[in-house]
Amino acid sequence: MNQFVLVDCTTVDGALSQLNDGSVVKAAGVDLLDRMKNGTTTPSRLVNIRNISALRGIHPSPQGVTIGALTTLAEISEHPLLTSQYTILSDACGSAATPHIRNMATLGGNLLQQLQCWYFRSEEYQCLRKGKDLCFAFAGLNQYHAIMDYGTCPSVAPSSSAVALLGLNASVELTSAKRGKRTVAIKDLYVHPDANPTKFNVLEPDELLTAVTIPRPAAGTRSAYQKYGEKQSNDWAIADAGVVLEMDGNVCRKAAIVMGAASPVVRHSPEAEAVLAGKPITEETARAAGKAAMQGGPLQTAMQGAQPLSMNAYKVQLFPVAIYRTILLAAGQMGRDPSAAG
Amino acid sequence: MSGSKLPIDQSDPLSANPQRSDVDHAAETKAGKGITRRGFLKGAGVAAAGTALLEGAQVFSREAVAATRGEHNGVKEYGPGPIAVTLHVNGKEQTVHIEPRTTLADALRVDMALTGTKVVCDRGACSACTVLLDNMPINSCMTLAMDAVGHRVTTIEGLAKNGEMHPMQAAFVKHDALQCGFCTPGMVMTCSALLGKNPKPTEEDVRYAIAGNLCRCGTYPKIFAAAQEVAGASTPESTRNA
Ligand SMILES: Cc1cc2nc3c(=O)[nH]c(=O)nc-3n(C[C@H](O)[C@H](O)[C@H](O)COP(=O)(O)OP(=O)(O)OC[C@H]3O[C@@H](n4cnc5c(N)ncnc54)[C@H](O)[C@@H]3O)c2cc1C
Ligand code: FES
Ligand code: FES
Repeated sequence: MNQFVLVDCTTVDGALSQLNDGSVVKAAGVDLLDRMKNGTTTPSRLVNIRNISALRGIHPSPQGVTIGALTTLAEISEHPLLTSQYTILSDACGSAATPHIRNMATLGGNLLQQLQCWYFRSEEYQCLRKGKDLCFAFAGLNQYHAIMDYGTCPSVAPSSSAVALLGLNASVELTSAKRGKRTVAIKDLYVHPDANPTKFNVLEPDELLTAVTIPRPAAGTRSAYQKYGEKQSNDWAIADAGVVLEMDGNVCRKAAIVMGAASPVVRHSPEAEAVLAGKPITEETARAAGKAAMQGGPLQTAMQGAQPLSMNAYKVQLFPVAIYRTILLAAGQMGRDPSAAG
Repeated sequence: MSGSKLPIDQSDPLSANPQRSDVDHAAETKAGKGITRRGFLKGAGVAAAGTALLEGAQVFSREAVAATRGEHNGVKEYGPGPIAVTLHVNGKEQTVHIEPRTTLADALRVDMALTGTKVVCDRGACSACTVLLDNMPINSCMTLAMDAVGHRVTTIEGLAKNGEMHPMQAAFVKHDALQCGFCTPGMVMTCSALLGKNPKPTEEDVRYAIAGNLCRCGTYPKIFAAAQEVAGASTPESTRNA
């Protein structure tokens, strides 16, 4: 790790005043220190926001809930309001990483963590996402890479919490000293590599992610998230599914079906959602929705449907199962999958 | 995504991070000349502590640095060079002279000679480096030492009281819950934290708590047995004395 000046901040205004050229924000540092130890990120100043207590906490309101950016994944996974009414989010935060990482990792840092592609994380590969010409994953080792909507770089969206928050129609509050606050929907937070390979999200260098706001789910809403990895703990998802069902008895008025590890940017599956809308949730409709998700039309690129790489065709089998089981879990018709992580 | 290291050249987990292991390499070299690695590390730690004491007059405390640079809007700057940092470890305050980039694991192992905490992956992926921060298990390899200021740190060295092993340590010994022992301090810390939170954990609870602690020797069943025994033993005094 390179040497740096640590700028310890205890107020939001203080931290905002420090976001100048060359400074990088550090929350818990789980993602940032990894990149610094690898030598792929070498900041000369770290703006340490970890001790800003005003950015911590879960605040319910009649409109929904607002979560401070520094709230930890463990705090979110155990919060009674979230486990009962925003289950998809407590599930996602409770199955990310390991118990100890969840005690440290913050929600803001989880949303803004950079790619886990091993070429991107290695100092030895100067790839597209580091401003060079080539993505090594197409001809290289790509068993954990994307199957949909990838275009020039098949890295996958790494954040479990983003899958849940997209399903819940959440937004983030971004704050800068000069321009004040703005609100960005989770669906607009991430930048696809085809649009700009080196800009991962829409944050400007002088902005802090200060809070996440989730609208109150409609009456009758049930939700769940499941993550599948190579191991039951520790790893990022190889397939994951976030499901939010607005139910009227056993009929689904409206569904949100979200996938993270399928594509570079976390995505809805409008095709799977259409299968469920207005139908009862059954084994059959849930399976059909899972299948439809793999026929998904392009959201960010011109790619139609799942197009696996040389080593990840298994994902085209895994995602439909993940989606089908998570729909039934959300609907209360199936228990948590013992082979899922967490 | 399953891990971020290429699945090649993984024979030596430390090879991926030449920078952090500078100190260990130095230790290894000296160790080759007839001093044990651990002995050397301990010696080096004591020497470092000694230096900090000798230089005490010049060394700034964290607060003193803030005063010299001025604190404004709740902002204080440290480093990049070494500064004096006071950590509360195993019930005692200790001041070490470290750069802001020092991880808590390195501060403990190198600067305080508390080598019971192990560093295996150095990336948050194995939990060998587990210590408690205010009774909560965390990965000391992914925590900056300066982020531990103001918190109580407990390491494996801090579990025994008055020369008596912590019940979890004793149970690990009794159940032979270790083989090479590299994961063991982390396992013991995680299990002792679980008992602090939930005095009567089920095997399921133990499995969940150690889900991030990897043991490549496969001692898990013995660890479950050890933790279960202590869970039984921490039921009412009367049963224990009976
Ligand atoms: C073994 C292992 C397994 C993992 N598995 C999973 C998994 O299954 N699912 C998952 O989602 N994650 C997983 N992770 C990733 C982990 O959850 C993230 O690294 C962590 O959440 C990052 O949070 P942090 O607070 O440490 O962020 P930091 O490392 O401090 O920051 C991350 C990035 O966000 C920026 N940043 C952070 N906070 C703010 C803010 N408030 N405003 C502006 N910028 C900010 C930083 O500059 C940095 O670029 C895993 C990690 C490990 C080590
Ligand atoms: S050494 Fe592996 S998690 Fe810290
Ligand atoms: S005893 Fe060898 S790694 Fe656990």
